[in-house]
Amino acid sequence: MSSTDLKPADAAPGTASDVSDISAGLDALETQTVERTPLIRVFTGKVLPPLIAIALVLVVWQLAYSAHLKRPDLLPSPLDVWDSLRQQWLQGTILSVIWTSLSRGVLGFLISVLIGTPIGLLVARVKPVRAAIGPILSGLQSIPSVAWVPAAVIWFGLSNATIYAVVLLGAVPSIANGLVAGVDQVQPIYLRAGRTLGATGLRGIRHVLLPAALPGYVAGLKQGWAFSWRSLMAAELIASSPALGLGLGAQLEFSRQNLDMPGVLATIILILLVGIGIELLIFNPIERRVLRSRGLLAAKR
Amino acid sequence: MTALLTEATPVVDTAVRLDHVTKSFGRNAAAHVVLDDISLNVAPGEFVCLLGASGCGKSTLLNLVAGLDQPTAGSIDVPGGRAALMFQEHALFPWLTAGQNIELALRLRGVPRGERRAEAQRLLELVRLGGAHGKRVHELSGGMRQRVAMARALAQDAKVLLMDEPFAALDAITRDVLHEELIQIWEETNLSVLFVTHNVREAVRLAQRVVLLSSRPGRIAQEWAIDLPQPRRIESAGVADLAVEITDKLRGEIRRHVQH
Repeated sequence: MSSTDLKPADAAPGTASDVSDISAGLDALETQTVERTPLIRVFTGKVLPPLIAIALVLVVWQLAYSAHLKRPDLLPSPLDVWDSLRQQWLQGTILSVIWTSLSRGVLGFLISVLIGTPIGLLVARVKPVRAAIGPILSGLQSIPSVAWVPAAVIWFGLSNATIYAVVLLGAVPSIANGLVAGVDQVQPIYLRAGRTLGATGLRGIRHVLLPAALPGYVAGLKQGWAFSWRSLMAAELIASSPALGLGLGAQLEFSRQNLDMPGVLATIILILLVGIGIELLIFNPIERRVLRSRGLLAAKR
Repeated sequence: MTALLTEATPVVDTAVRLDHVTKSFGRNAAAHVVLDDISLNVAPGEFVCLLGASGCGKSTLLNLVAGLDQPTAGSIDVPGGRAALMFQEHALFPWLTAGQNIELALRLRGVPRGERRAEAQRLLELVRLGGAHGKRVHELSGGMRQRVAMARALAQDAKVLLMDEPFAALDAITRDVLHEELIQIWEETNLSVLFVTHNVREAVRLAQRVVLLSSRPGRIAQEWAIDLPQPRRIESAGVADLAVEITDKLRGEIRRHVQH
């Protein structure tokens, strides 16, 4: 307290504008500006490493092929697989095969969201429901969806219903569980704050609970998509019939029957690309937006 | 017990009235009494600080007044309707901007859509954050967050503002500025404030009346009327003298627990 420009301790503090200056100064001192990472850094940090990894895999694969580790019909070269993809493209079948599977996957996923969301809300908010079906719901997630295929075939025959049943059984539990986890992670202080503001009952769910649970819900949706896609491939692979139309799973099975190894590998790559593509193009941007708007996405150094 | 209050104010008009309020958790014999026979009146426009060590049930008391919990015995009356509540954590919703947080409070109060934006802006300017409408919560400093939280509480247009150690997590410089702003807002509005703290100087700096609660169970131990003129400074001799007196009493209350 030796500094001469401080007012004597008993004097009244300054005028309103004085406080305003001080608080504005404090705000300026405490506010940090977050800069976006430059594009070149994004490229070298996030895009380049996976590209290098893929290139390495291709090199090792080509070396194994050139060294004749296996017969060429068992281990085709990367170029053979590329050629198979090119053939499919030239024949014009590739897009219709992808579309058959993708449309089923998306439709199955959307139905799963419609079913899984209310189930998740009930399990998260109603104690008896949670006690009754909560454990079953998380247990269901550990059943590989391929295990449902025989049951579904017996119930529904070789029909689209079989395929959708398997997709739903795979995706609904993970979407519901994601929502339950999201609701559980909501900090109680938000619910208290909401109640003091008058957000009770349905208004509380709409204005506080659901938005607060959104990050967990989006994570559940992302996982739900992965489960939908996996379950769909299992169903298409086993329940393949000409009447069902040719999806990626069925094409995989036909390539196996024709001992067409390049075709098998090409189809696996397509399955991978579609699954990752949807995640990268749809779910990751949504997730990043949700997290960034809440300041939950740590700035990358 | 209220020796230092010259005379109890006649109960004509009241903003918050607690009448022999008792709150215990648990049942019957095992019940744990948190608040024991608290009677307290807060007059309209009065600024009261509730002071006490841990275990005095300060936060429980605010929850009761806010209607988040029910008393075990006694009655609580808040004639002006629902009280606004501010927490130690800002409790702003991170999925909304600062302005949207306030607009949500206005919406829940029933303010028509067309008026919300302007009203939110007015409240932000009241807490000196006129430019923060579009800012996300994580982009604000601790002091700014508490000011937005204050604006959101004011948006409820309640007659009573309950504050649960709202500045406890802030650094001393920011807290000092917020004390000043709170007093200015309190003087401009007609709010009754019930402010809970364990910081004796903060209580003396802000309140017209300091109510000391004993711990386990929480009872009213003593009250002090503070007639130092506002604006006060937390460093001032007047504040310090009274803080010494209250701290001694508070320590005495805490010491009682050693013997048991």
